[in-house]
Amino acid sequence: MANLNLKFLIVALLSGPMLVLGGCQSLNTKPEDSLYQQLGEREGIANVVEDLLYLIVEDERINHQFKGVDVAQFHDNLTDQLCELSGGPCTYTGREMRELHADMAITDTQFNALAENLILAMEQNDIPTGAQNRLIKQLLPLYPDIRNL
Amino acid sequence: MTAKRLVTLTMALLLAPAATADIGSRIWATGGVTTIEGSAGGGLVPWALLGSYASDEEWGGTLALSRAEVDDYTLAVTGAGLNWNNRLELTVARQTLDLDSLVFTLKDGFGLEQDELNQDIFGAKVRLAGDVLYSPWGQWSAGVQYKRQRDFTVPSAIGARDDSGTDVYVSGSKLFFAAVMERNLLVNLTARATRANQGGLLGFGGDQNNSHELMMEGSVGLFLNRQWLVGAEYRQKPDNLGFATEDDWWDLFVAWVPDRRLAVTGALVNLGDVATLEDQQGLYLSLQGSF
Repeated sequence: MANLNLKFLIVALLSGPMLVLGGCQSLNTKPEDSLYQQLGEREGIANVVEDLLYLIVEDERINHQFKGVDVAQFHDNLTDQLCELSGGPCTYTGREMRELHADMAITDTQFNALAENLILAMEQNDIPTGAQNRLIKQLLPLYPDIRNL
Repeated sequence: MTAKRLVTLTMALLLAPAATADIGSRIWATGGVTTIEGSAGGGLVPWALLGSYASDEEWGGTLALSRAEVDDYTLAVTGAGLNWNNRLELTVARQTLDLDSLVFTLKDGFGLEQDELNQDIFGAKVRLAGDVLYSPWGQWSAGVQYKRQRDFTVPSAIGARDDSGTDVYVSGSKLFFAAVMERNLLVNLTARATRANQGGLLGFGGDQNNSHELMMEGSVGLFLNRQWLVGAEYRQKPDNLGFATEDDWWDLFVAWVPDRRLAVTGALVNLGDVATLEDQQGLYLSLQGSF
């Protein structure tokens, strides 16, 4: 009996870490999907982007950078981009980010202003804090392209 | 989007009306708070962040009032800082340490009648490279703190060599997005060369050591959301005086940053043994206004 318990214990000890690893793997297979869903899928993202555009319009730190922009196209492109970055079934079809921002001389002040407005737009749409953080994490690699660094 | 909204947006973009952006543009809470030495950081440890919310085309400033009440001492700090273009931070701080119980030790042991110690600290910090939020390698800064005793009688009597000294430090800070339970984690590491006794309140240098030594300081904080940060700090200290041993400092803190103008920090602090009085623990409260 004692022997049996020991065997059970050994099996449990050996399989324990594997279960934990397996758990991690299953968590990691589609984390992007859940971010996309937390953002309210494409419709939710489109609402965030729309509110972001309203905030940009009223923000004198950055609105001059958007003069002459085709608003409808910008809305579609940014929505697709965030949708794709969050793991959704979209494809960004706009221009490459570095090329797009090359002549804009975007400062840190302007970049911060846009980041702030994105956070405010997500808050207006009740996006949970964790999903906000995960989306921003996905956007970080764009920083050097947008700042042209 | 409906066509009407589109028209509204397009019109608005064309007109580009004036808006409010009178305070700096950096993201909330990225100015840290004001340390007891005036530099931006946590409570006890300077961070690579520069105070206020000034970004690269802006000026900013901070004012802070802080108070630490431990078993046998009370430390009050008034601090002010300026930030130019998120590149250079200039700070001043005045510290007043009420000696409370130590008054009797000084009177009986040294014949000194003094109930407080005062020190002024002038600080400068330069952001060398990076951005705490956006750079993969984080933000790196270097700083100096010139500290000057306003009355050297007590520190001199207990063996301190000088009434002024300069700390030099290098700091790295990095925010890891969605790092712990999808929350953002702020990590800071500071290396400081110093010969200050108890941060300088007990003078500089001593009988056991009189030269600059390298001390490591660190802190971690977790943003529960963009208004609440909880964390801990640790600050290694030199031990220059034979008169009494000096311990490392640590604290557990909560900072509330409701908006860019205000930051409130509360902490449990442990200063260890201070000038013969053992195990000094207590509460820290700091208010900071930014403009």
